[in-house]
Amino acid sequence: MGSNDAAGGHGEGMSPQAPRLALANVSKRFPGVQANDRISLTVAPGEIHAVLGENGAGKSTLMKIIYGAVRPDEGTIGWNGAPVVIHNPRQARSLGIAMVFQHFALFETLTVAENVWLGLDRRITRADVAREVERVSALYGLDLDPGRLVSSLSVGERQRVEILRALLANPQLLILDEPTAVLTPQMAERLFATLRQLAGGGCSILYISHKLDEVRALCESCTVLRAGRAVGTVDPRGETNRSLSELMLGEAPPAPPPRPAATGDRVLEVNGLSLPPGEERGVPLAGLELSLRAGEIVGVAGVSGNGQAELLAALSGEDRRAPAGSIRLFGRDVSNASPRGRRRLGLHFVPEERIGRGSVPSLPLAANTLLTRREPVGPGGWLHRGRARRLAARLIDRFSVSARGPDSPAGSLSGGNLQKFIVGREVDAAPKVLIVAQPTWGLDVGAAAQIRREIVALCEAGGAALIVSEDLDELFELCSDLVVIARGRLSPRIAARDATPALIGQWMSGLFRASAADPGPVAAAIEVEAHA
Amino acid sequence: MLRLVARPTPSRPLTLAAPLIAFALTVSVGAILFVALGVSPGRALALFFIEPLRGADAWSELSVKATPLALIALGLAVCFRANVWNIGAEGQFIMGAITASWVAMRATDTTHAAAILPAIALAGILGGAAWAAIVAFLRDRWNANEILVSLMLVYVADMLLGYLTYGPWKDPDGYNFPQTISFLPVTQVPLIADGHRAHVGLFAAVAVAIAAWLFLYRTYGGFQLAVGGAAPRAARYAGFSARRSLWTALLCSGGLSGLAGALEVTGPLGQLTPHLPVGYGFTAIIVAFVGRLHPFGILLASILMSMLYIGGELAQSRLGLPQALSGVFQGLLLFTLLACDALASYRILRVRRAVA
Repeated sequence: MGSNDAAGGHGEGMSPQAPRLALANVSKRFPGVQANDRISLTVAPGEIHAVLGENGAGKSTLMKIIYGAVRPDEGTIGWNGAPVVIHNPRQARSLGIAMVFQHFALFETLTVAENVWLGLDRRITRADVAREVERVSALYGLDLDPGRLVSSLSVGERQRVEILRALLANPQLLILDEPTAVLTPQMAERLFATLRQLAGGGCSILYISHKLDEVRALCESCTVLRAGRAVGTVDPRGETNRSLSELMLGEAPPAPPPRPAATGDRVLEVNGLSLPPGEERGVPLAGLELSLRAGEIVGVAGVSGNGQAELLAALSGEDRRAPAGSIRLFGRDVSNASPRGRRRLGLHFVPEERIGRGSVPSLPLAANTLLTRREPVGPGGWLHRGRARRLAARLIDRFSVSARGPDSPAGSLSGGNLQKFIVGREVDAAPKVLIVAQPTWGLDVGAAAQIRREIVALCEAGGAALIVSEDLDELFELCSDLVVIARGRLSPRIAARDATPALIGQWMSGLFRASAADPGPVAAAIEVEAHA
Repeated sequence: MLRLVARPTPSRPLTLAAPLIAFALTVSVGAILFVALGVSPGRALALFFIEPLRGADAWSELSVKATPLALIALGLAVCFRANVWNIGAEGQFIMGAITASWVAMRATDTTHAAAILPAIALAGILGGAAWAAIVAFLRDRWNANEILVSLMLVYVADMLLGYLTYGPWKDPDGYNFPQTISFLPVTQVPLIADGHRAHVGLFAAVAVAIAAWLFLYRTYGGFQLAVGGAAPRAARYAGFSARRSLWTALLCSGGLSGLAGALEVTGPLGQLTPHLPVGYGFTAIIVAFVGRLHPFGILLASILMSMLYIGGELAQSRLGLPQALSGVFQGLLLFTLLACDALASYRILRVRRAVA
């Protein structure tokens, strides 16, 4: 732990004009993909600089290059005016570069101070660490108690532990990878305040995101990546969402599809669905109530890890422990039915994990149709391989999947193309109820629009869809009604046009009984962000 | 510094050539080994790879060893594809031989071959399957590790074999040798040609290979099994029963091992002795992998592996080399094959330390 210079060790024998970080023509190629193509980027001391781009645009690779986790094939890196070669993250840290990853690396059974201690020099005592945690935490308003167990912390607090850990090294450059992906809008506001204070002290910040509003609210400069190339550097404060998105996507964003209105019968009903955590130590579900009518699209918002996976497994039939009568499909109790049984009744499901759950990577696409489709199966269980290949070819064609053909192994497709294939496989089955987790995750904007159109078309034709997504924009665009899942509980249902992101954000932190019309007691699970 | 880098897709020519390259490497390492042992490598290699193929009698002997290897390995391929690690085929083989012997010993002078032979085969299948069912039950019920359970049951079966042949089933007129009575000729598995030991079990092995191929590659049941092995979460998502896969795989494998045991005891041996197990059940694991878990590959691999068995015996009798050599060859072959497979999916990249 270095000096007490809270501003992040700036001004230590460097010329004030030199940029903190200067990348020139950095390229990186992976087998089959040019992740970064001659990217140049300059960050001044104390600047909050955004790196904006769609999934797969090359943001993460670029950050890993700066952090020394990936070596560039070409290009140079300048640090405070001098050229450097960053061999590994340790060297990056000694230069003063710190990174907060999207996925936390914390031990749940240890306290905040112990977790921080793990990354430090062994000569420092635990008491010193605890004091330092308190000091830095107070300085930046991180509000962390060094003695608390990480397992008792909320997601936002855990992120603050990661940030605090990064700050203790007195970084001159802090890299944050999609930091708000796991935060409610309120928690994000609070993070921004910390970041602004940090930048005010001279620490440069590289902020990776694909969220336009955030970039415009927080950053002074913004480098936009598209397909591995830097397509422009702008001042986001002078841009609109539309202009930024055109720069990011290379075309005007497509108009959202119209929302179908619900009129039909109840197709899916969830009543008093409670489940203790299963083998995988998940979130317990507590008394969930939900219903879905033919023709409507209902969205389930929430920060991931709040019971979405458990709810989806119970609805799909992968987890069959649901109490009798708690899940009804067309009035029939299916709480104990297998996924195949539910598919026969017309319920299809697209899981979040495409590799290994939604598809078998080692098998060709044709064989992967057989996971959920029965058309190629003849009497006696005989497989009609021609039919499977034709079905796969049709899906490839209809959903513009870029694959060599029905015989390509599923694992050889890019994430986005595999997603199109899997969503396509389920949509093409014309299900009466479609449940989709993260429908457009990792898709380019054109493909995402097509998937959304297909879902809307399905519901206009009398189907119903339940969309579980972390992307609030998507839910607002697609769904007629929203519910929020937080800590294994479901919020009351609200029409999308009556909801605001702020309200949904508040619900996402578990504060919904209190804020909804429902007069019931505040949800028990609220030891949350009370100070937020 | 060398590094293995995954190829975007496995190299097809290398995948096909891998067994040949592995074979060539095995032969070359073998040659070096013989030189080190002070024998002429040409002569020794001929004993392993040419002598076992010379003449009708050699082929007959080859098939006597290849038949049990192929039958067991075909069952194991079903297991391994389902990600069920049954390594106790040796025990299931012994149990099949024991139950088949029990039936064979019931034969009398008036017994018809048409009645007793199917009964013997069925008894062998049921004996092996029952032994494997213990593994399936323990895994299904208490999630007991099938590798340990199946392996331990080999020793239990071996003890049981010893108890029977030294105890209640010992031939009263056998000069106290630990062996049962010689079974009546009516129980003898029909030979393919007089004067040679090759028996019709060979046809059974080929028929089973075809059936296994149809099951694995052309039926929904086989597909479900393969998905359960390759991606258990995808199988759960699709709604394929993991329990059914487990039971199917173990019962198939146990039944085929038991059938191999029945054919062995009523074929070449003609009586049950404690010397029945010679490691077919373990060698078949290598056969299954050298044959790429593909039924037709397994037929070829079982021939290759029995060549190594016979070559080892010949090397012992003619050159005075240790019998353990056949084990060394089997190990070498598996090792080089796995190495070649790795190179089909990965390529070697020379990495320089510094990047400008």
